[in-house]
Amino acid sequence: MSDLTCKLLILGAGPGGYICGIRAGQLGIDAIVVDEQKPGGTCLNVGCIPSKALIHAAEEFHKATQFAGASTLGISVANPTIDLAQTVSWKDGIVSRLNAGVAGLLKKAGTRLITGRATFLDGKTVKVTTDDSAVEIRAETVVIATGSSPVELPFLPFDHRSGGKVISSSEALALTEVPERLAIVGAGYIGLEIGIAFAKLGAKVAIVEAEGHILPQYDTALTRPVLKTLHALGVEVHVNTKAKGLGAQGLEIETGDGTVQDLPADKILVTVGRRPNSDSANIAGLGLATDGPFLRVNDRCQTSMTGVHAIGDVTGEPMLAHRAMAQGEMVAEIVAGQPRRWDKRCIPAVCFTDPEIVTCGLSPEEARATGAEITTGQFPFTANGRAMSMEAEEGFVRVVARKADGLVLGLQAVGTGVSELSAAFAVAIEMGARIEDIGGVIHAHPTQSEGLQEAALAAMGHALHI
Amino acid sequence: MGLYTITLPDIGEGIAEAELTEWNVAVGDAVEEDDVLGTVMTDKAAVEVPSTVSGKVVWLCGEPGDTVAVGGKFIQLEVEGAGNDSATPAAKTASDGAGQRKSGADAAPTANTEPDKASTSDTPPEPATSETPAPAPVSAPPARGGAPRQPLAKGEKPLASPAVRRRAQDAGIDLRLVGGSGPAGRILHEDLDAYIEHGPAVARGGGRMPLTGTREVKVLGMRRKIAEKMAQSWSHIPHITIVEEIDMEAVEALRGQLNAAHGEARGKLTVLPFLMRAIVTAVRDHPEMNAHFDDDAGRITQSDAVHVGIATQTPAGLTVPVVRHAEAQSLWESAAELKRLAEAARSGKAAREELSGSTITITSLGPLGAIATTPIINHPEVAIVGVNKMSVRPVWDGQAFQPRKTMNLSCSFDHRVIDGWDAAVFVQTLKRLIEAPALMFVEE
Repeated sequence: MSDLTCKLLILGAGPGGYICGIRAGQLGIDAIVVDEQKPGGTCLNVGCIPSKALIHAAEEFHKATQFAGASTLGISVANPTIDLAQTVSWKDGIVSRLNAGVAGLLKKAGTRLITGRATFLDGKTVKVTTDDSAVEIRAETVVIATGSSPVELPFLPFDHRSGGKVISSSEALALTEVPERLAIVGAGYIGLEIGIAFAKLGAKVAIVEAEGHILPQYDTALTRPVLKTLHALGVEVHVNTKAKGLGAQGLEIETGDGTVQDLPADKILVTVGRRPNSDSANIAGLGLATDGPFLRVNDRCQTSMTGVHAIGDVTGEPMLAHRAMAQGEMVAEIVAGQPRRWDKRCIPAVCFTDPEIVTCGLSPEEARATGAEITTGQFPFTANGRAMSMEAEEGFVRVVARKADGLVLGLQAVGTGVSELSAAFAVAIEMGARIEDIGGVIHAHPTQSEGLQEAALAAMGHALHI
Repeated sequence: MGLYTITLPDIGEGIAEAELTEWNVAVGDAVEEDDVLGTVMTDKAAVEVPSTVSGKVVWLCGEPGDTVAVGGKFIQLEVEGAGNDSATPAAKTASDGAGQRKSGADAAPTANTEPDKASTSDTPPEPATSETPAPAPVSAPPARGGAPRQPLAKGEKPLASPAVRRRAQDAGIDLRLVGGSGPAGRILHEDLDAYIEHGPAVARGGGRMPLTGTREVKVLGMRRKIAEKMAQSWSHIPHITIVEEIDMEAVEALRGQLNAAHGEARGKLTVLPFLMRAIVTAVRDHPEMNAHFDDDAGRITQSDAVHVGIATQTPAGLTVPVVRHAEAQSLWESAAELKRLAEAARSGKAAREELSGSTITITSLGPLGAIATTPIINHPEVAIVGVNKMSVRPVWDGQAFQPRKTMNLSCSFDHRVIDGWDAAVFVQTLKRLIEAPALMFVEE
């Protein structure tokens, strides 16, 4: 066994870990990143990127099928088909390019990337094993960035080996054939994103949700357009319904009134949440303080052990790649001796359903809960020229502001392509903008972004286009 | 749902009003029957006011420091059923409770049922929709350059762009201390420049930082009572203070023997029970020292009973529990009673009757007791015996200096009714008794 030493050792090459590694390298820190998988973590390999690739392909195919019949745009195509294996191969190509990209960025920054399974020997020493070798790495500072995994239901265990019936999002994104009937347990954003994509690819999709409505973390104004799409795509939505286990034909469910039925399904996708990988790599052996299943960290991402930081999903909600990235960058700077602490005002969140939902800062309800007196302004895309010209009139932009001084506390939107508004939303809140600031900025015409300016003007009482 | 009004109950002592010192609940809180709603202060003690019903708090009569009349409306709760008050909930909360200040029941909450339009904090949030009218024009920004900022709400972050935040972090500046001159109080680069240039020395590096902050502490409750009482004593009573040195060898020897003989079985004796016994013995010959002086009536009331007040420091401030009928107690009984009362006073559990009715008072600072003090008389008493620190001092015995345990007594007297001569004689009597403790126990 050969031994290595470094100043900074990062466990996990996901968005948190690799960003931490790149920034550390830029700052001249001798850093090593260790991961069993290819660099990029869940996000790049089996999460954000592949799912968006699949969603894009599904959307394109869906458009083509729309043009197979009578089309309002005057376009017609004949009998479109999709070869999902080819689609997945294309998607894998994107993932491979990004894997190589991340490895290249680490290399450029001078940070070493080691592929292997890490196990803590003590708070500063990690043993990394590969199939044929082992190396012990001792570091001054360690960053735990081990991410999260899909939650498995005990009565619906994932069957990875046989490519069986019950699958997680990872397997769903690797399917080479469109299942005829797909049942999805959990109507959170992962289940809905994949469910809508497969519905557009031609699967007969049914979604089972224990709560009373889909996307329970959003208010119903934001989710209503998504529900409309689900209905238009013929997706069965069973709310207030529990999954019970495998049925003779598919998934056994129990509805709110106690009726048990067997939902026919060729594949059952379980997306009921993610759990932090805080018990992997012998992390539990360090005895770090926790908050439930998450590692407890302070505003400098320090754990209860000196010289051990934790970032990303393993530290709690919201489990979002861009949160992990920001934490990774911050921790690298802290290790470099810079006086950093977490001081963000907002973390934008995007749901890539059809239509998309983007939220940033506080919802009206959350803002009221702080005791603040608020004002809101909303602008519908039905009044937006660009949205009309793209057949994307569903949805709206909403601003939540403090009544006393117009400070923007939150921004939300639902609509086609609104994920790109997340940048404007986050910049506005992070810069401390007031509704007058947004209202006073020229927004390019014709774009959906005008909806942001109009929502701010609406909050001031004088929207111009409605 | 109905409205239930709880009035301030009669808390004894024949008082008509009490000072509100603390709320245990806030508007919107759910309370159960018997939960403590708040605390009021009488002349002697803090009294907790419990809830007689379960419900949700909708109105408070005022804020700590306000005076509430006995029988006046204290709190309003929303309760299941009809309640006991047909009025609509009072619109005002503790933040604007001055209506009842010094006016007690006269300022019934129903007088405030019209929502105060000017008081935004009391106005329920308007439904927030796109039809909501525009907010009022935002007022002009304050002057640039580190203007004083509104206090941040709990958990609220200072408003500043990421670049300003980063600069502040690099410079080690807490942005909560920097005034923001931008819209909505946003901290601009210029504000940070001004803070670095003119603010505390953190940005200049090195040296000692001049501190310029002040804090205002409201004098409330117990402290206010102490302040009033001390002012009354000091402004009314012309004090004369006599300091005398006492040889403690004999009493210390006796104390040591008694503690050795009885140990914990009868409770450990301190010097105070001996001093109490000396006072009890001395006032037989000097009854004018164990008395109250009512200067309004022009009357002195001498007391046969010796109720010794013991000035005691508690977390809430100085209080004076009373060992009643010290003349009828043995040394150990006095010691036990002293201990019990001191603990009760320190834990805030002393009853009102245990904090009133003294006829003469002892004040002791224990090991902090200094060489001499100027005790202030516990009005309307006429004498107070102050105990100073015991220490070994050289005493001239006529031929040589001897190391002797000595302790000074600093005694103050009301010079209106006690002459210096009589005061000196009384102090000499105490000295004689303590230096020859057997005299305290000789039955005449």
